[in-house]
Amino acid sequence: MDPTIIAILVQDGVVNGAIYALLALSLVLVFAVTRVIFIPQGEFVAYGALTYAALDAGQMPGSVWLLCGLGAAACAASLRAEWRRLSPRRLARLLAGTLALPAAVLLATRELAPLQPGVLVQALLALLIVTPMAPYLYRVAFRPLAQASVLVLLIAAVGVHLAMGGLGLVFFGPEGSRATGFSEDSLELGPLIVPGQSLWIVGLTVALMLGLYGFFEFTLYGKALRATAVNRLGARLVGIGTAQSGEIAFSLAGVIGALSGILIVPLTTVYYDTGFIIGLKGFTAAIIGGMASYPGAALAALGVGVLESFSSFWASAFKEVIVFTAIIPVLLWRSLRGGVVEDEE
Amino acid sequence: MTWRALWPLAALLLCLGLPWLPGLPSFWVTLGNYIGISSIVAIGLVVLTGVGGITSFGQASFLGFGAYTTAILTVQTGMSPWLTLPAALAVSAVAALLIGAITLRLSGHYLAVGTLAWSVSLYYTFANLDLFGRNDGISGIPPLSLEGLRLIDGRMYFSVIWIGVLLAALATANLLDSRAGRAIRALRGGAQAAASFGVNTPRARTLAFVHAAVLAAFAGWLYAHMQRSVNPTPFGLNAGIEYLLMAVVGGAAHIPGALLGAGLVTVVNNLLQDLLPKLIGTQGNFETIVFGAILVLTLQASPEGIWPHIARVRPRPHRVRPDAAPLAARVMPPRGAPLLSVRGLNRTFGGLVAVNDLCFTLTAGEIAGLIGPNGAGKTTTFNLLTGVDQPGGGSVEFLGHSLVGLRAPAIARLGIARSFQHVRLVPSMSVIENVVIGAHLRGRAGPLRGVLRLDRAEEAQLYAEAARQLVRVGLAAQADRPATSLALGQQRVVEIARALCLDPVLLLLDEPAAGLRHNEKAELAALLRRLRGEGVTILLVEHDMDFVMNLADRLVVMDFGTMLAEGTPETVRRDPAVIEAYLGSVA
Repeated sequence: MDPTIIAILVQDGVVNGAIYALLALSLVLVFAVTRVIFIPQGEFVAYGALTYAALDAGQMPGSVWLLCGLGAAACAASLRAEWRRLSPRRLARLLAGTLALPAAVLLATRELAPLQPGVLVQALLALLIVTPMAPYLYRVAFRPLAQASVLVLLIAAVGVHLAMGGLGLVFFGPEGSRATGFSEDSLELGPLIVPGQSLWIVGLTVALMLGLYGFFEFTLYGKALRATAVNRLGARLVGIGTAQSGEIAFSLAGVIGALSGILIVPLTTVYYDTGFIIGLKGFTAAIIGGMASYPGAALAALGVGVLESFSSFWASAFKEVIVFTAIIPVLLWRSLRGGVVEDEE
Repeated sequence: MTWRALWPLAALLLCLGLPWLPGLPSFWVTLGNYIGISSIVAIGLVVLTGVGGITSFGQASFLGFGAYTTAILTVQTGMSPWLTLPAALAVSAVAALLIGAITLRLSGHYLAVGTLAWSVSLYYTFANLDLFGRNDGISGIPPLSLEGLRLIDGRMYFSVIWIGVLLAALATANLLDSRAGRAIRALRGGAQAAASFGVNTPRARTLAFVHAAVLAAFAGWLYAHMQRSVNPTPFGLNAGIEYLLMAVVGGAAHIPGALLGAGLVTVVNNLLQDLLPKLIGTQGNFETIVFGAILVLTLQASPEGIWPHIARVRPRPHRVRPDAAPLAARVMPPRGAPLLSVRGLNRTFGGLVAVNDLCFTLTAGEIAGLIGPNGAGKTTTFNLLTGVDQPGGGSVEFLGHSLVGLRAPAIARLGIARSFQHVRLVPSMSVIENVVIGAHLRGRAGPLRGVLRLDRAEEAQLYAEAARQLVRVGLAAQADRPATSLALGQQRVVEIARALCLDPVLLLLDEPAAGLRHNEKAELAALLRRLRGEGVTILLVEHDMDFVMNLADRLVVMDFGTMLAEGTPETVRRDPAVIEAYLGSVA
């Protein structure tokens, strides 16, 4: 193993790690705010990737129809939950958010898709198609369960994962897809050639993290989210709507998932069920990082990425074993250090 | 013969006869076999997840340990499948002990995702090692045979599987109704409370984990000899998720719920796979879409699972045998002997000094009151005395033993029992079941004796003791009600009965009179005086000054973590420092 190989492996690991870091962040966020362990995160990665790939090929992505369907379902669920205290203004906002928005996205996609308007527009359009699905799902599946235990929320998340996986197969088919990257250029650093796409991935990850930091630190919504994460009841008592916090958290998770998918689809072939294992690695990182700390999760994600690329070089059959077993010494260390067993709930 | 005695017999006849029902399609028999195997795994999850509160995604891996053990042994060494059963169970139990040692100390969602991680890595281990036949697995596994009769036919195997389900359900019901099972159930009321009555909570968690793993391995053994070949797919994460889902949908806290969940999930899955392509006409994973949607809607309609909707689940009345031999009682130290001496006790939380150089003593047979304004450090002192929390410095001597560094169960063993300021009863258990947890250290039966029902004499003794204490505190009529259906004040009294079951030398009561009505307070005071007459020493934290002044022989007053005054109620009442702490200074 010479230094060039090491450099390539590290580079690979950092790029993958950046994606895991994004996913880990959104998992931590969703869990802290809503107590949902967001298993369907992987589906958002796959949806983002495949929607972008379809647009890149000049086709109408099937996921637009799913967006419309989910919007209608979310509208129905919200009407059922809120019809007693629905003012005309709130009703208008609800209809705009759940029916008009998907309709507008549908029309825009129909106009733009055949034109192949270039990677940036395609990426934005893919984000617009996939992201709103997350808050819709929250309204349909998780908001009615807001008082349930973590276990029940987890099983509901499994249900959503199963349904989304099946829908992915319906709308995207069993074939994998690849797409044009954001940049065909590459950067030469001595013996190492860094593809432009890798730079995009790392750059966008860092930018997104800084953006999230700013959001949580300096905006009222960000602070409301943090308050909800710390103490749900306390947040409600000072007037923060936990349902709204949940929706924002899910929206962020949706955006991050879809963006991760858009970023990786130029590098690797993505299938409708590829997202799950990527999401699991995000989980591993989130757990290693402590499920509570954002910088911890991001650092752990880089570690997972690098470990993965080295183990696929040395023992590719055992790549997954090594990555997922890496969690155990960390858990052991944590439990020996903390070691307080308290009850669930 | 009552129905309760007859039902295992009826169930056995059903296991043997049902598959031979004329006109029953063999498709349904096969489905029944799969339901049976899943049921056994889900029954394990009842103990682990529903009762013990430990979520595991990894049960399919233990199924794999069972299946691969018997596959390797029967194919490579030609052992009889009946002989590999103990091996399969043992391998799984050892694996559970190892994995549990690492993961079970984690709490809540850490643990759940921890099980997810090792389940994925075990799957890839099965799929990549030659020993397990890699992705192809192992085929040519011999079938079970009885007296030369090879059990190849699905109908015969149905009986084998469902007798297995019956055994698993019986063993699990017996376990949950035993001393060891109570320790697992007590985890739900708070590990701290359980530990304060001598329950070794890590061991209780491990027991639940091993029990579930052994049941899963049993299911795996049955699976291997039904399929006659094994490969890694049914032991992966998706299968593990599905078992958890079965338990939760059915009602994770109930054994019949596990059977119901396994049945529903298997049947619905099959029906969807069958019906949807006919309805829609195209190929696709439509069944997973519909299945996922049904799952979410079911949970929204009933988050506790389906079983509690079908049967009204409530604690079963417990028949107490008053003739059971009384438990051995402790010899109380002679009245007036020094019992507890606290010197220089310290505890800080960050910058906050909760207990600061606290000194006081207790003598045997007295009622002492620990009073002081809110935040004076009284509850922290209780936690330090009972091993719930560890002091930063100082010494605590109890009957010649140093308590510093001892954990809660060891301190309970020495005869110190307590009640909690915030009531900690197990919500799913009846009053008497909660109280009997207090007698945990006075029994000895382990899980095996519980499963085999060899613990009945001892259990009768423990329950008779609990019933006696309930009579003593005046709650005998409420014995079989769910603990949390009582008024809060009564729940505190249940906590006192639980503490009395320990046969304590020293009783620590944290605000026992809060929430009681006037005449209930008078009864409580009379009870505490009677206990003092029997030689029990009592230290109580109380804010009701009338109650504590009339009852206590001596008061210790705390403020800002230190002792402000000490003496008889009369002297303390006149102490200027005490008056200032409570009412503020005149100036």
